[in-house]
Amino acid sequence: MTEERSAPARRTRNARDRWIPVLASVVSTGVVFGLAAWWITSSEFWPAVQRQFFSGEAIRESFPAVLRGFWLNIRIWVIAEIFILGLSLILALMRSFTGPIAAPFRFFAIAYIDLLRGIPALLLILLLGFGVPALQLPGLPRGAIFWGTVAMILGYSAYTAEVYRSGMEAVHDGQRAAARALGLSQWQTMRYAIVPQAIRNVLPALLNGAVSLQKDVALLSVIGVREAVREAQIYTARTFNYSSLIAAALLFLIASVPLARLTDRYARRDQERRLQRTL
Amino acid sequence: MTQRVEIQGLTKYFGDNLVLDSVDLSVGIHEVICLIGASGSGKSTLLRCINRLVEYDSGTILLDGVNVEDESLPQNQLRKRIGIVFQAYNLFPHMTVLDNITLAPRKVHGLGKEETESRAHELLDLFEIGSYADSYPDRLSGGQQQRVAIVRAMATNPDVLLLDEVTAALDPELIGGVLSVIRDLKTAGMTMIIVTHEMGFARDVADRVCFLDAGRILEEAPPNKLFSDPENPRTRQFLQRIIEAGRL
Repeated sequence: MTEERSAPARRTRNARDRWIPVLASVVSTGVVFGLAAWWITSSEFWPAVQRQFFSGEAIRESFPAVLRGFWLNIRIWVIAEIFILGLSLILALMRSFTGPIAAPFRFFAIAYIDLLRGIPALLLILLLGFGVPALQLPGLPRGAIFWGTVAMILGYSAYTAEVYRSGMEAVHDGQRAAARALGLSQWQTMRYAIVPQAIRNVLPALLNGAVSLQKDVALLSVIGVREAVREAQIYTARTFNYSSLIAAALLFLIASVPLARLTDRYARRDQERRLQRTL
Repeated sequence: MTQRVEIQGLTKYFGDNLVLDSVDLSVGIHEVICLIGASGSGKSTLLRCINRLVEYDSGTILLDGVNVEDESLPQNQLRKRIGIVFQAYNLFPHMTVLDNITLAPRKVHGLGKEETESRAHELLDLFEIGSYADSYPDRLSGGQQQRVAIVRAMATNPDVLLLDEVTAALDPELIGGVLSVIRDLKTAGMTMIIVTHEMGFARDVADRVCFLDAGRILEEAPPNKLFSDPENPRTRQFLQRIIEAGRL
């Protein structure tokens, strides 16, 4: 007698087993944040702070100016990022070439990266933003926006060059050997074999850098560039209310959180791809 | 008669470690040489000296009578004439099979896209991997990847093909397909220097077998002689161990 074989049993979870973990996380999250909120609002100065920093009216009032400033942030960010990605790749390549003819380029790249990575971004912005226009050299622009952007590009490209370089070094030696053995020159080996793989290796790190740059553009406020933070400060100076800073913070968050999620998603996909390859 | 490859007194140190000790070897046109020996005996280094992936300390290597270190023979020119296939395939993972194969013919030899692609398709069909032309390497099995690597090395019409333990990373069931490709190449008259641990294959395909030990060629003979009646005690010991391991 043949009996139809039923599917092997799988673990069953009743409603209780399913909902208890969810409930536990909701409760624990509620307790932690509730306690923090209670602790902060229990301060006798909380009502004053709330008026000073979280006034809905002040946020609304300052918003148009802060948003206008933020639009400038975005434009500076995009332009700087484009130059950073290009310049830093050139620096990383200069640093990676071997041989006596490439020596001056290699030396320049090393000096550039050491120097500009060693200076705080804020200092670089102050030096270029105030120093170069003071030279009054004919033919050079004098605007704070221009020199501030240049300072961001110079500082960030030194970091990003090292990101590219780590990506190039992570490409397996066999790839270089294969390319060279096929007769490709040093430059062709880089162009066709190493750099495309290196960029794929470091894409999450490059996206991270872009998120970081997006926020650091706010540093240009110190040389008078009227970006979001500067506009917020102007409002504060006029009204003695700091809620405009919260408005600026919200705008920065709206721009950076999706980018951070994107970075995470790409990094996860990249990891899955590598895992699959090693299996 | 000039030899295709003529190696004299080749010596190479890695630090203080002498990995090639005055090696002499000549390879005639259409000849197939198998290099056997324990790991670290210098087989792979010897191959890599021939196309100058490794710079050697002394000795000379002649390719068709011209010193490979001669100024009149730039590195890239030399490498156009010598194909090499690695144990780890080393295909470019970001390129399709077809792009892997046509890269060197196009960028190094300056041939046209259509010409190189039709030649690539021809070779892929010949080695029964024609349907993978547009796939990326990680979609292929190890055996298929290694066959692509052989096609890539052959696409530039080299005068000599160097094979560096090309089946060592493969599952046993995939080895046969790669070895049959190499047999086909021998039939077609390709000059090859093969580093291998597949003794049965070496016996079958080689015109001459060289046993390397501690950077020296201890014994050099036709396969029948070397495998059945080796003269050097070290060769005998090596082959005895291979037999004990069930690999011959």
